[in-house]
Amino acid sequence: MRDIEAGKITEIVSGLCIKANLVLGDDVLTALKEAEQHEKSPLGKETLEQLISNARIAQEDSLPICQDCGTAVVFLEVGQDVHVVGGDLNKAVEEGVRRGYTRGYLRKSIVRQPYTARINTKDATPPVIHTEIVPGDKLKITVMCKGGGAENMSRLGMLTPGAGRQGVIDFVVKTVEEAGGKACPPLVVGVGIGGTTDMVMLLAKKALLRKVGENSRDIETAALEKELLERINKLGIGPNGTGGTVTALAVHAEVMPAHIASLPVAVNLQCHAARHQEAVL
Amino acid sequence: MTVPLKIKSPFTDAEMAKLKAGMSVLISGVIYVARDAAHKRLIEAMDKDEKLPFDFKGQTVYYMGPSPAPPGKVIGSAGPTTSGRMDVYTPRLLSAGLKAMIGKGHRSTAVREAIVKNKAVYFVATGGAAALLSKSIKKSETIAYADLGAESVLRLEVVDFPAVVANDIYGADVFEQEQKKYKQ
Repeated sequence: MRDIEAGKITEIVSGLCIKANLVLGDDVLTALKEAEQHEKSPLGKETLEQLISNARIAQEDSLPICQDCGTAVVFLEVGQDVHVVGGDLNKAVEEGVRRGYTRGYLRKSIVRQPYTARINTKDATPPVIHTEIVPGDKLKITVMCKGGGAENMSRLGMLTPGAGRQGVIDFVVKTVEEAGGKACPPLVVGVGIGGTTDMVMLLAKKALLRKVGENSRDIETAALEKELLERINKLGIGPNGTGGTVTALAVHAEVMPAHIASLPVAVNLQCHAARHQEAVL
Repeated sequence: MTVPLKIKSPFTDAEMAKLKAGMSVLISGVIYVARDAAHKRLIEAMDKDEKLPFDFKGQTVYYMGPSPAPPGKVIGSAGPTTSGRMDVYTPRLLSAGLKAMIGKGHRSTAVREAIVKNKAVYFVATGGAAALLSKSIKKSETIAYADLGAESVLRLEVVDFPAVVANDIYGADVFEQEQKKYKQ
């Protein structure tokens, strides 16, 4: 067994929340620069130029990339030989989110009793925590700051098995089309296929953690990702929805087995401010 | 890219008439910030004939909820939020004299009709360009509903705030107009 102090986890999560909100990953920035080269629409090009400048200004001025600092979604991969000491693991993560969002001057966007009172918790908590037990004695923490606009336009489809590959393509493309400019394109499109209603959404969200443009290692899935990206970029939505040839920077799909009666498909849309940071303890 | 047109808020009908969907503009002057929760309260106040935090006539509403201002800064990051969520409230505000809105994403048919009817304009700013847009904001003051935190009503003074005309007084829509050029 390896001991990890709960206080250490809090500090790490706090730092990850701040870094994720202030620093756009190199993979996203590279994808935006490439998109700017290829975009055919003058308005679209201008939008992409603004987004590239925005990433620089955010870092220089220590401002969040986007004012919507998101829901803190925290993925924990806990080695089975890890022993958390000096506190409760979930509380340690929550305290890290509270500190990070306060210290980093990040917007607190979580409301309690969402269907009635909608009172802001004023400290960005609670985060959404996904915990997985894995072999080993390490703790991997990934913080994803997920904006509301793109999350709102995400969808679950319980297709019939007969719908097949074409059904999956049509559902994903339709979801992106309906989102239009609301989800802040150019998007990273996370797709989950298989599993159950709960698991397929998680697959789609986890797909967003891949480096932008890194295709699936499975040949068939990689081909699906490429075809989806082509179809999506033919929609004409473009950066910010004001027309163009770059609607998505990448499509990432994750697949798992499903029930004989089911073909679950989940689309988790990610705006161009694809913010996530990780640390291994 | 054509040179952006410099315009000043609050707006007159004559100024609105110059704006066409797809035009880039730089907005200076005074704009008010209100998003979901503030809109709900504004409508409730109108229902009860209560005094509103500001007179809508000729004014611009920016759908936005900023991040907190770090020490020494006027405001934190300040990009647009999705306008569609305000669609249910917008026609009422336009009838009361509101002239312009800034947000992101397309609007409902009802809002588009109300825009034409009231000779108003809907602008889009770049969603996610929040640090860049904050540079155009020179002054920020909370004028109502401070308890809503990031959703309170603010009065901003802006200089050369970049936006694109999305819906104009003639009924044109930038999304329809531009997306079809690139749809394959």
